[in-house]
Amino acid sequence: MNAFLMYRDRDFDLKRKLPWNAPALTQDLGLETLFNAMARDDKFLLEVARVAVLSGVNDDLATVLYRQAVLKDCLRHADLVKSMYDLTVETIDSERKIFWGIFGRHPDTILHRAVDVLEMFVGTLTKLRKFADQYADDFASEGFKAFFAMLKRELDDAYFAAIQTHLRELQFRSGILISAELGEGNKGAHYMLCRPEGKKPHWLKLAFGAKPPVYTFYIADRDESGARALSELKERGLNQVANALAQSADHILGFFTMLRTELAFYIGCTNLHEQLRQMGAPVAFPLPAALNERKLSCAELYDVGLALIVGRRVVGNAVAADDRTLAIITGANQGGKSTFLRSIGLAQLMMQCGMFAPAESFSANMCDALLTHYRREEDANMNSGKLDEELGRMRAIVDHLTPNALLLLNESFAATNEREGSEIARQIVSALVERGIKIFFVTHLYTLARGFYDQRRAHAIFLAAERRADGERTFRIIEGEPRQTSYGEDLYARIFAHDADGNGR
Amino acid sequence: MMQIGPFRSILFKNVEDSARTTTSEAPIFFVDLNLDQVIDAITAGKQEYDLRPFYHTPLHELDAVAYRHEVMRDLEDKALYEMIASFGRKMRDMRERLAQADKLHYKYQKESWFLSAVEVYCDCVSRLAEDLSQADLKSRGFLALRAFVADYVASARFTTLVAETQKLKADLATVRYCILIKGNAVSVRKHAGESDYSADVERTFAKFKQGAARDYTVRLPMWLEMNHVEAQVLDMVARLYPDIFARLDEYCARHHNYLDETIGVFDREVQFYVAYLEYAALFKRAGLNFCYPQVTADDKAVYDDDGYDLALARKLIGEQKPVIRNDFYLQGQERIIVVSGPNQGGKTTFARAFGQLHYLASLGCPVPGREARLYLFDQFFTHFEQAENLQNLHGKLEDDLVRIHEILAQATPHSIIIMNEIFTSTTLQDAISLGKKVMEQISARDLLCVCVTFLDELAALDEKTVSMVSTVAPDDPTVRTFKIVRRPPDGLSYALSIAEKHGLTYRQLREPGGGA
Repeated sequence: MNAFLMYRDRDFDLKRKLPWNAPALTQDLGLETLFNAMARDDKFLLEVARVAVLSGVNDDLATVLYRQAVLKDCLRHADLVKSMYDLTVETIDSERKIFWGIFGRHPDTILHRAVDVLEMFVGTLTKLRKFADQYADDFASEGFKAFFAMLKRELDDAYFAAIQTHLRELQFRSGILISAELGEGNKGAHYMLCRPEGKKPHWLKLAFGAKPPVYTFYIADRDESGARALSELKERGLNQVANALAQSADHILGFFTMLRTELAFYIGCTNLHEQLRQMGAPVAFPLPAALNERKLSCAELYDVGLALIVGRRVVGNAVAADDRTLAIITGANQGGKSTFLRSIGLAQLMMQCGMFAPAESFSANMCDALLTHYRREEDANMNSGKLDEELGRMRAIVDHLTPNALLLLNESFAATNEREGSEIARQIVSALVERGIKIFFVTHLYTLARGFYDQRRAHAIFLAAERRADGERTFRIIEGEPRQTSYGEDLYARIFAHDADGNGR
Repeated sequence: MMQIGPFRSILFKNVEDSARTTTSEAPIFFVDLNLDQVIDAITAGKQEYDLRPFYHTPLHELDAVAYRHEVMRDLEDKALYEMIASFGRKMRDMRERLAQADKLHYKYQKESWFLSAVEVYCDCVSRLAEDLSQADLKSRGFLALRAFVADYVASARFTTLVAETQKLKADLATVRYCILIKGNAVSVRKHAGESDYSADVERTFAKFKQGAARDYTVRLPMWLEMNHVEAQVLDMVARLYPDIFARLDEYCARHHNYLDETIGVFDREVQFYVAYLEYAALFKRAGLNFCYPQVTADDKAVYDDDGYDLALARKLIGEQKPVIRNDFYLQGQERIIVVSGPNQGGKTTFARAFGQLHYLASLGCPVPGREARLYLFDQFFTHFEQAENLQNLHGKLEDDLVRIHEILAQATPHSIIIMNEIFTSTTLQDAISLGKKVMEQISARDLLCVCVTFLDELAALDEKTVSMVSTVAPDDPTVRTFKIVRRPPDGLSYALSIAEKHGLTYRQLREPGGGA
């Protein structure tokens, strides 16, 4: 039995290997803020959000659509889904609280605990079945429909009855019957528990009229070593069944755990949705395009991390960059270039894991890797060691490139002079674009931007941070030709305004 | 085609040699040459075979050496080696089972262990016969063994043993019984087709199964002994199957002496080779060579390429450090290698390696190196510096002289002698003159000799001496290469280069700012 709420045909693996650059992505895109908003201080939700979001680049288009449908159900029936989630959490907690006993691990204590656990699990399974009976028709997604149908099919009344019979028989009211063979040194071997015989004619009275020979002996009341030996013998008989039962309990626990894990992702999405709705920020289910296409168009795309930090709706951008593989973003300092770059990365990741996007509309092709190359601010000295470090990271990225990767470059190769940096960047970017890699490049390297602009290539788009004539920044990104300055003098002017007055005299 | 006599021993061409000469006491030079460590390592884990006497007893006949070389070469074939190793493992298994039978108390349990020991023996010998019949054998030893084993497994004595053992085993395997435990009552009867309840339970919950599950099976203690409850159950099982258990009793009484003596001796002796090859494999894996030396009794032009000290090499391999190999050769009149040069430069190691090579060659074993010719000595002597012996009231110098006198008194022209730093406890003048005298004696007796010394003067005594020197890295004289090369002593340039490194040569001191 599987929940299959994350994938049509397989479980969501919380232990799956995350992309190699998960730490860099987390840092560069500010993902912790997103995860925290989804988790609402719940460690488990946080972990699931982290894995689901970061591993989305390994999922395919069909999976995205599958999850979008499930998520829509969840948003529609938030309370029902929440109560189902709470039930799994409770069940898992209760299992943990069932006592192992104080005499260490013996087959009989393992057996008894497993019986207790299974009795509790049967309660939860019954509730789940009822849940399915009651609400199945309210859910529209393929994922939930299949899930409820599975519950009804697998957990019918006959099945519950069969389990109850086992749990009763495992009390062994009529003794423990064990078969054995002769092993090494003629000691008993292959001990095997035989099904208790219940009310059938006693085996002594069976057979063809003649009684088969039976020999019986008794352990004397005061024979302590005999009693120990006898319980050892019983343990050999119970060992396998205790194992089978405890494993069954584990498997059912595994089912609940999986159900909890998969629901947790949607609970996280629901949490985020609620927060964004409260601040009036728009969300939309994105329109994913195939891997081999090159699509990007959006309206009111905003940096969800920034919105969550400031607690209100923030400026969004519209981009129409379908069929473009290279976007070069230049323009004013503090004009929102980095924020824009981040919003592209975040929306892509959210789309790939099946979530809504922080925008009024968002459409992009799927990518099979999301890579970021950001300037590491902590050691921003201009020296060759820094450039060496940057190129080292670039090398690692190139080593991990996939045919449909999305690469976000933020102020890369600025650790040397403009001409050299531009030339390095030009060579790298040209080569990667020719390989079909989609690149968003925020840069101050005018020579680089100008060079690409003058080539008038159809696949490139040039964006700039908007600056009004009066120097005011709107934090909007608009299409525009690269300019010589990044308006640092605006900043200078502002910061040195008073000095300038003073010096001017 | 070689003439093959009846098989007696895989180790000794003449079986009389074995009884006559093997000794459990190590030769006195073992410690000096670190051969004690070598033999310890070779025999480790094989104490039950008591192999040391074989390793303590050099051979003195060229053909005896050849006999072992042949066997060892046969065993270098991986397939045959594995067959013999497996034979050894099974025989060990058999012995353990017999020991177990001995230790236990309940009759049916003892009998079962005895039966299983015989079963292992039958299987092991049959397998050996089959393996040998298919093996490509060239040695006199193995060819004779093959003939012997083929006869033995075809004998009525052996075939009856096999048949009876198998029948009894098969019958015991048919025994299947049920135990019903209720309260303090234990009932035993034959099994009547009841099914496995655990499997039932598993089937019921199978739909939840996902992936591998944690194993909850408790590791119940597996005592070899039986407790009295088990014994009572077994007695009842015997009553349920009276015929089988009666035959078991009778079998054990009748096959008490099943083990063939020649097989038993072979099992022990062949371990001499197995142990050595196992040991050599350790070095081969590390890229070091072993070779079959040409062993001579008349030609003293010995040599070895890429040799090394086994005890040291083993330690270095363990520490994943490189092992330095050295060559030597003697030609024409040359008999004496005088080793000098910087301390800690590998001189003693070189001398030990020379000794180990000759000793191992005398055992009929392959030796470290790519190619070698080695001399089959009659006696082997070492004189290594020892702590002062307070008991004999002699001074150290006197001890040295007494010991060397003894050696020279016993040595024949066929002996080998290794001297390490003699006469260190006297003046340089004394050491040189005493050293020269001793060397002259050795030279006069035409002994093969390695002499490690700090006395350069001994290096060019006469046409019989060859000088070898431990060397340092050309660019940093404080770094030893542990290479011992054949060339005149060059102690002076070594000292100068150290001085140069410290900026204390004349030229350096006269340079501006050089300090003088």
